Amino acid sequence: MATIRIPTPLRPYTGNNGQVTVNGGTVGSALADLTDQYPDLRPHLFEGDTLRSFVNVYLNQEDVRHLQGPQTAVAADDTLMIIPSIAGG
Amino acid sequence: MLSPVYQPVYRPKSITARPQTQAQRLEELIGNTPLLDLSHTAVAHGLSPRVALFAKAEWFNPGGSVKDRAALNIIRTAEKDGSLHPGMTLIDSTSGNTGIAYAMLGAARGYRVKLVVPQNISPERLAILRAYGAELIFTDPLDGSDGALEEARRLAAADPTLFYARQYDNPANWRAHYLTTANEIWQQTDGTITHFVAGMGTSGTFMGTMRRLKELNPAILGHAVQPDSPFNGLEGLKHMPTAIKPGIYDESLADDVRTVRTEDAYKMARFLARHEGVFVGISAAAAVWAATAVGQKLEAGTIVTILPDSGLKYLSERFWSE
Ligand SMILES: Cc1ncc(COP(=O)(O)O)c(C=O)c1O
Repeated sequence: MATIRIPTPLRPYTGNNGQVTVNGGTVGSALADLTDQYPDLRPHLFEGDTLRSFVNVYLNQEDVRHLQGPQTAVAADDTLMIIPSIAGG
Repeated sequence: MLSPVYQPVYRPKSITARPQTQAQRLEELIGNTPLLDLSHTAVAHGLSPRVALFAKAEWFNPGGSVKDRAALNIIRTAEKDGSLHPGMTLIDSTSGNTGIAYAMLGAARGYRVKLVVPQNISPERLAILRAYGAELIFTDPLDGSDGALEEARRLAAADPTLFYARQYDNPANWRAHYLTTANEIWQQTDGTITHFVAGMGTSGTFMGTMRRLKELNPAILGHAVQPDSPFNGLEGLKHMPTAIKPGIYDESLADDVRTVRTEDAYKMARFLARHEGVFVGISAAAAVWAATAVGQKLEAGTIVTILPDSGLKYLSERFWSE
């Protein structure tokens, strides 16, 4: 079971959890399991089946777009992070 | 008859008096930005020919963004009231543009500048801040701008020798726009502005400009622009319902709040670059998107919006090629 760290602005949709453990052997299936657990999250992250273009997912500090995207393999002790963009000021 | 040949008379100049030249100090270049006519955008988005759409090109400021105005007024106000003097270090949290403005002005005026920024700050902003010599303190990217704000408060409280600029709570932020932006808009539209549309980060731009515009003509309507969701790609804007509310934010100044979806702002950024020749950042595109939505409901009027910065700091984003 990998861990996904949730940024503050998305915590209202995860019952205020800052991290969620998920099933799935790839980034795509891990995110699918996350949004199955918390369906209200889905429209914030996905447009149809694709990740919205401003949503950045990091696997152990590396942007998954620079790895194999949704097909990137995820091990049980890996941590995924969903990174927000930077708000005003 | 030929006129006599003009012979300039060269007189030796005193070496002690400063010559009368056109040279200016950096901070004199802040403000008085051009007002752009976005008529192609207006027509393409179905606005009536009697609705004008104009926008302030804030990247003409020397630091490249609208935030030069706020940073300059915050620094000048603090110098006047004695809370900031030479040799001191200024600290604040920032998403980038205010930090760039502080770093530029600090370098020009002899202050050290310490900035608290979320670690996922864009590579372009990071490179600019480093070029100006600012000291950077990084906070957890998962905590966003509010995490940086809390860390700046903590650091400032722990070290009273720092000047804490407090852009979210400092009235000198909105007063910059009350004193400059609003009056420029009034003059540049010959007093014909009917609607003002602007995004909100600290809310300084919207608060200050609207306060002054309402004094000049109480019938002018203010439309504040916000992201549609707390999780969005509209860098520079704040989702007020879920973020730490800025001390300077007064929601009663907005006659209307427009929410913008990130994908619509991206689309407008591409449209402005490709059909208007105006290459702007994401929050600028969001403001123009909202301004066209306001305009579609009007039969006649003059809409003015703010383009906080250019597209240069967003070149590493993927949406330009989508
Ligand atoms: C790109 C961008 N847009 C909009 C804003 C919002 O301006 P204000 O803080 O005056 O509300 C900022 C603030 O830093 C910004 O950097």
